[in-house]
Amino acid sequence: MSILEVTNITKKFGGLTANQDVTMNIEKGSITAVIGPNGAGKTTFFNMITGVYQPTSGDIRLEGKSLLGLKPDEVAKRGISRTFQNIRLFGEMSVIENVLVGMHTGLKTNLLGIFLNLPTTKKEELLAEKEAYRLLEHFDLAPFLNEKACNLSYGAQRKLEIARALATKPKLILLDEPAAGMNPAETRELTAIIKNMGQEFNVSVLLIEHDMKLVMEISEHIVVLDHGEKIAEGNPEEIRTNPKVIEAYLGSGAVQTV
Amino acid sequence: MKETLAKFLQYKWSQVILFTVFVAVSSAALFFSQKSVTAFLLLLSSLLILHYIKLKNVTKWIIALGLLFILIPFASSGGPAFQSYMDVATMVGIYVSMALGLNIVVGMAGLLDLGFVAFFAVGAYSYSIFATPQAANFMPFGTYPLGGESFWIFLIIGGVVAAIAGVLIGIPVLRVKGDYLAIVTLGFGEIIRILFNNADKPVNITGGAMGIASVTPPEIFGIPLIFPNQFYFVTLVILLFTIFTVLRLERSKLGRSWKAVRENEIAAQAMGIPLVKTKLLAFALGASFSGMMGVVFAAKQAFIDPTSFTLLESFTILVMVVLGGMGSVPGVILGAAVITILNLQVLTELATWVNQLSFGGVISIPEALSPAKMQKFIFGALLVAFALYRPKGLIPAKNKIFDEKKLKESSTHKDFKTTDQKKIQS
Ligand SMILES: Nc1ncnc2c1ncn2[C@@H]1O[C@H](COP(=O)(O)OP(=O)(O)OP(=O)(O)O)[C@@H](O)[C@H]1O
Ligand SMILES: [Mg+2]
Repeated sequence: MSILEVTNITKKFGGLTANQDVTMNIEKGSITAVIGPNGAGKTTFFNMITGVYQPTSGDIRLEGKSLLGLKPDEVAKRGISRTFQNIRLFGEMSVIENVLVGMHTGLKTNLLGIFLNLPTTKKEELLAEKEAYRLLEHFDLAPFLNEKACNLSYGAQRKLEIARALATKPKLILLDEPAAGMNPAETRELTAIIKNMGQEFNVSVLLIEHDMKLVMEISEHIVVLDHGEKIAEGNPEEIRTNPKVIEAYLGSGAVQTV
Repeated sequence: MKETLAKFLQYKWSQVILFTVFVAVSSAALFFSQKSVTAFLLLLSSLLILHYIKLKNVTKWIIALGLLFILIPFASSGGPAFQSYMDVATMVGIYVSMALGLNIVVGMAGLLDLGFVAFFAVGAYSYSIFATPQAANFMPFGTYPLGGESFWIFLIIGGVVAAIAGVLIGIPVLRVKGDYLAIVTLGFGEIIRILFNNADKPVNITGGAMGIASVTPPEIFGIPLIFPNQFYFVTLVILLFTIFTVLRLERSKLGRSWKAVRENEIAAQAMGIPLVKTKLLAFALGASFSGMMGVVFAAKQAFIDPTSFTLLESFTILVMVVLGGMGSVPGVILGAAVITILNLQVLTELATWVNQLSFGGVISIPEALSPAKMQKFIFGALLVAFALYRPKGLIPAKNKIFDEKKLKESSTHKDFKTTDQKKIQS
């Protein structure tokens, strides 16, 4: 069963076509990767799914319901969460507060509850705080709970972004180059985290990544974009040997040499 | 010697003793000297010292309440300057409350608003119009002026009307960001003032440039409130309500949403925070505190006109927030107090002193250089100095510290957790 169906989406920025007729299905509970050279349109693809951009044409459906016309916050409430290629944490807020913001869609309190500090509001907060703490523990970030997010190391910031995204309890999580800037040890740790994410958080994963070792190791399905178009898709083995992919990455003529 | 002193000051009890002595001396000085601005300021500054003492928050609040409700009014009542002290203290309260409102918008939500005084004006006019015969000019029913008891209802009405104004201004204004937002809010602030300035024709609603005079004084249990020492208590109660609410908001889901929007709009939105709604709430709630105090201001002055609500006022409130520490509640309280006292006491005192000197022929300073007219210069200098040396303000904003131990203890009582969840869902 597929959780997300993208049909023929196209995105044009003036004369530039960033995505052209891209179609893909994401199986529920799977890990899917989107790869492609720089400027291929991967981030644009993510931005369309999350409502940052509206596609010029085409349709995006989450569990059968179209996401077209929704704002990013509405898409988030439908159950899609994401991280960003250039980290976007709430820098001046503490680590745990970052995760707590991720939990907001799940908090039901209103202005009255806040003013009167009603027992339900208090309990809800406490539960959220405990859950946020458990998420931090899962990502080995618990010792830094009261640190400002901007003071974390680069790798830790990437992990915090994932923790924050998971805090929204998404059905589908989009990770935009989660391993970028990480050292090999951190990348190994991250690989394990993403691999287990499906079971532990009951979430389907769609990720963009340039680290081919990571991609090949964890993805069940890979989609390759080049110049905004889908040039190939399949399992890691199929992608590794696909001549079109090799050409896109290494330039024309490379197929013969390899 | 220095070390022993430093060590001595570490202890809670030595701090408490010194604090008591300080309070006792300054209040006695204030009470017995006929008129001593220094003693008055020292007594007020004891509240700041209290902020830093190592005591439990509850204890600090109780002491602060005692100082504010009993000691300060009592100690100032010794001399002929009683009412003028109380007047200054009332103005401090009014400005602190407004600055706390602006702090929600600028400090927490990160929306630079240069027209904030508009909401103060909306509150002030809403009471003034109905507490004078002015309302009879356009209201088809009812008899005006309304009685002084209506003041208490107008506190709420003023807040609500200001909040509505906040939303109405916010809807068009929040389409733009950053510098543009600052300029557009500045424009709207001026528009509202000019509106009040011109709404005397064809129907005389606001009294135009003449303003509205003889605003009915508030009444409680049949006693009209006219004197500054009476308004002091009214302001104090509203101020405490404001502080209480602002602290609640800051630590709530909403406060976190505001900060998230300030830190990174795109990420906040991706976490499911609706941008427009969150920003409008900041505008509305911030404005409501300002509107409430507008009502108090109108009643206290018994006269208002558009000149009380100029751009300089908006800047003044902004300076309070920036100087105190954007996003920091104690900082903003301090900033507002410092600026108000500087404006109303220090500069005016200096001006009279300089005047006396020039009358005596000791020095001659041209009228244009009188300290009372240096306000803008001083604000400018302060802003530059703070931007350079203390960009986070007098008391920088702090994040809430979460207690790791409390979060660690996983819910051992299973039933506790399940009942919780049930309750929240219902
Ligand atoms: N908002 C925008 N306005 C105009 N052009 C844009 C916009 N966003 C992206 N583009 C263009 O669309 C193309 C695809 O960009 P995109 O960021 O999606 O690539 P990418 O595959 O994520 O690349 P990278 O691997 O470098 O992150 C690029 O040519 C980019 O310049
Ligand atoms: Mg990209």
